[in-house]
Amino acid sequence: MIGEQLQCVTIRLNDAADFDEWRGHARRLVQADIPPDQVIWECDGQAGDLFGTVSENGLPQRAADKPVRASRAFVAIAKKAILHSDPRRFTVLYSLLWRLQSASGAMEDRADADVRQADEWARQVRRDIHKMRAFLRFREVDGDEPHYVAWFEPDFAILRENAAFFTSRFANMRWSILTPKGSLHWDGEVLHEGPAASRHDAPQGDPTEDLWRTYYASTFNPSRLKVNAMVKEMPRRYWKNMPEAALISDLIAGAQAREAAMVLAGEAQFQERPLSLAEVGKEIACCRRCPIGELPGQAVMGEGPADAPLMIIGEQPGDQEEMQGRPFVGPAGQVLSAHLAKAGIAREQAYLTNAVKHFKFTPRGKRRLHQTPTAKEVDMCRWWVESERALVKPKLILALGSSAARSLLGRTVSLAAIRGRPQMLEDGSELWITTHPSYLLRLDGAAAQEQEALFQADLKAVALRLAEISA
Amino acid sequence: MAQPSLLERLGILADAAKYDASCASSGSIKRSSAGGKGMGSTDKGMGICHAYTPDGRCISLLKILLTNHCIFDCHYCINRKSSNVRRARFTPQEVADLTLNFYRRNYIEGLFLSSGIIKSASHTMEQLIETACILREEHDFRGYIHLKTIPEAEPDLVARAGLFADRVSINVELPTDAGLTRLAPDKSARQIEGAMGNLGHAIAEAKDAKKRFRHAPRFAPAGQSTQMIVGADGASDTDIVAKASVLYGSYDLRRVYYSAFSPIPDASAVLPLKRPPLIREHRLYQSDWLMRFYGFKPQEVMQAAEADGNLPLDIDPKLAWALKFRDYFPVDVNRATREQLLRVPGLGVRAVNQIIAARRHRTLRLDDVAKLTVSVKRIRPFICALDWRPTMLTDRADLRTLLAPKQTQLELFG
Repeated sequence: MIGEQLQCVTIRLNDAADFDEWRGHARRLVQADIPPDQVIWECDGQAGDLFGTVSENGLPQRAADKPVRASRAFVAIAKKAILHSDPRRFTVLYSLLWRLQSASGAMEDRADADVRQADEWARQVRRDIHKMRAFLRFREVDGDEPHYVAWFEPDFAILRENAAFFTSRFANMRWSILTPKGSLHWDGEVLHEGPAASRHDAPQGDPTEDLWRTYYASTFNPSRLKVNAMVKEMPRRYWKNMPEAALISDLIAGAQAREAAMVLAGEAQFQERPLSLAEVGKEIACCRRCPIGELPGQAVMGEGPADAPLMIIGEQPGDQEEMQGRPFVGPAGQVLSAHLAKAGIAREQAYLTNAVKHFKFTPRGKRRLHQTPTAKEVDMCRWWVESERALVKPKLILALGSSAARSLLGRTVSLAAIRGRPQMLEDGSELWITTHPSYLLRLDGAAAQEQEALFQADLKAVALRLAEISA
Repeated sequence: MAQPSLLERLGILADAAKYDASCASSGSIKRSSAGGKGMGSTDKGMGICHAYTPDGRCISLLKILLTNHCIFDCHYCINRKSSNVRRARFTPQEVADLTLNFYRRNYIEGLFLSSGIIKSASHTMEQLIETACILREEHDFRGYIHLKTIPEAEPDLVARAGLFADRVSINVELPTDAGLTRLAPDKSARQIEGAMGNLGHAIAEAKDAKKRFRHAPRFAPAGQSTQMIVGADGASDTDIVAKASVLYGSYDLRRVYYSAFSPIPDASAVLPLKRPPLIREHRLYQSDWLMRFYGFKPQEVMQAAEADGNLPLDIDPKLAWALKFRDYFPVDVNRATREQLLRVPGLGVRAVNQIIAARRHRTLRLDDVAKLTVSVKRIRPFICALDWRPTMLTDRADLRTLLAPKQTQLELFG
């Protein structure tokens, strides 16, 4: 009998990626008791050992009903590993199967070289399958009924393995997937396998790709460049068939410049908080972080005791204030002084300042007309107000008008809703909000009287509360 | 004013949405388009990342805002009311068409839709739901949908979102209430957590109903997630880990995402001056993993932090913990329990499973362990094997320097 001699058996596989075919052969080899070192596997295009071989037909048909055992783990790994391109895969898989006949748990031992090798092949194939699902791109071909065609170059023979994924995802769409080793065509009902294709068989573009590229570029955050992380997950070899990949080099090149510009335009210039009020005064004089700073005129610093229990914050210096370089010296300041005196608050014992440090105006002839600062400008100047607060540490803050309120609360509030009710600030101080005295100057008649009474009532409440806190 | 073109609006609204870290399309149920009118499928397990941008993040979903107009004024947000960015809006139909066109070409797994608040929270929520409704009901779309829900909206609207979406999420935004009050003055922590609680209940109830009634409607089968911004307020890593563990515990969240605060165009002056290092975000994710897959308790992760309450940046939190609790080591790979092995820095869940399976067949030597892991050099000080004992190594004072990754030259303008 031939099988008794130490002679090799050659198995010729028709389809190297067909697990069932390999399994059929392997099963018969195990039943014929042929150890792995006596089997040579061949598939089309790969020459085997020319000498001393017998073809499979010569196998002794002993014990055809002998059970062949394979663990579930082995079958799962083998089904994937067989799709790999490494020519040793048939031999390694067969020797694993051979060992499983006597040691059923052999697949659990990942420290074993063959187990690890098979597992590694399976892992690479699974990754290729996954990457095909991820990176394949369909392009629309015009016709009576839209047809979507993709060109993809997988590393391994995974086309058939992936067919079910695409039919289940795009069941109601006509599509074709072309690869260098074969193609798939789905007409909405039946799947056909076709011959190998070339890149030129696929459409070369699709108008929707412009939208996709725009999306790709916009969703990229230039402040967090991590090119290695990208390349690890999306290796360069896939890029040539992905419409968005052409943008990558420009996005990377522009990223650092874009981030630097953002940081510059932002408030990265704010470094450390000033340590004294005098320093605040010096620094605001040269602050150009918002357009108001660029206007002609000096910055106006706050004024009052450096440990005042009460801080009064207005909107911004006016014409008079800018010229004299002191807060609340113009008409509105006089109104404020009168009301403070009436409410029993000593103006010289309070620290007076503004939410915005420069005078914002438009020139009209010889006059400079006041303009309200924007929310953004108030937010920008908030840095200085916070610095003053941190140094003076007032127990109570009176904000005049909505710009001042925004500067303290960080949001725009409705004065009518919030006036007369104290707010607790983070640092434990109490915030009271009322109208700006310049509002009173713009009213006349009954409305003026009514608002003046309200303003006075607010100041009285503040005076009362101040006395309570100080006591 | 004339509307910008679709292309321009896509650019604006994708740009506006990119600060949301989550892009996951995982954890839903298995669905296929076979037998339906439309397209789309989802898998039970992991999602698919269809592309990666140079920031290392994946593109799995079309992540856009319906509009970046917003009546809120949250300082860390590029879309806040007082920001000077270009504004644009999509109609629900336009978003649905974009999603379908991208999906058909295999660019995406589905849609992640969020929005600035227009008119009112409830109005905005209705628009988001309408988009999902067009996709699911008119087009029988069976891909993945993630809807950002707005905590200020009516509770029954938020509940409707879950009927169309695979995943719903509400951002807690900042780890501390004080931070939220300061940086997001229009939001309230109580309202956010209340809404998360409602969603949690709805998800649990729907799951329970599904067990008993086959036709019970699905409610957000991929659960809910949230996001916290790291480094915009003064919260330390310890605060963040504590907050995350409370969130995981109370609302049954699938994921807490961390987003390192990054400079935004036209930023508000209230924000901190420097961005936190990106590695900090990474360390927080690692600590998140330790809690979810490695059996660490939040207190144990906090023990790994340094005196200032932050996790060390140069080494990972598991190694930091091991260096602080050296009496726990070395662990014998041939005898130790799974829980003990999972504590060894450098051993992942996969490696631990393989060690446990392999040691049934042989007594492991150091060489065998080396085959199952990435770097045996890192693990050596913490394990015993048949032919290996670390003796003095575990207790060496300079162990940290030996194991910390080599410092590389920093980029000049980094």
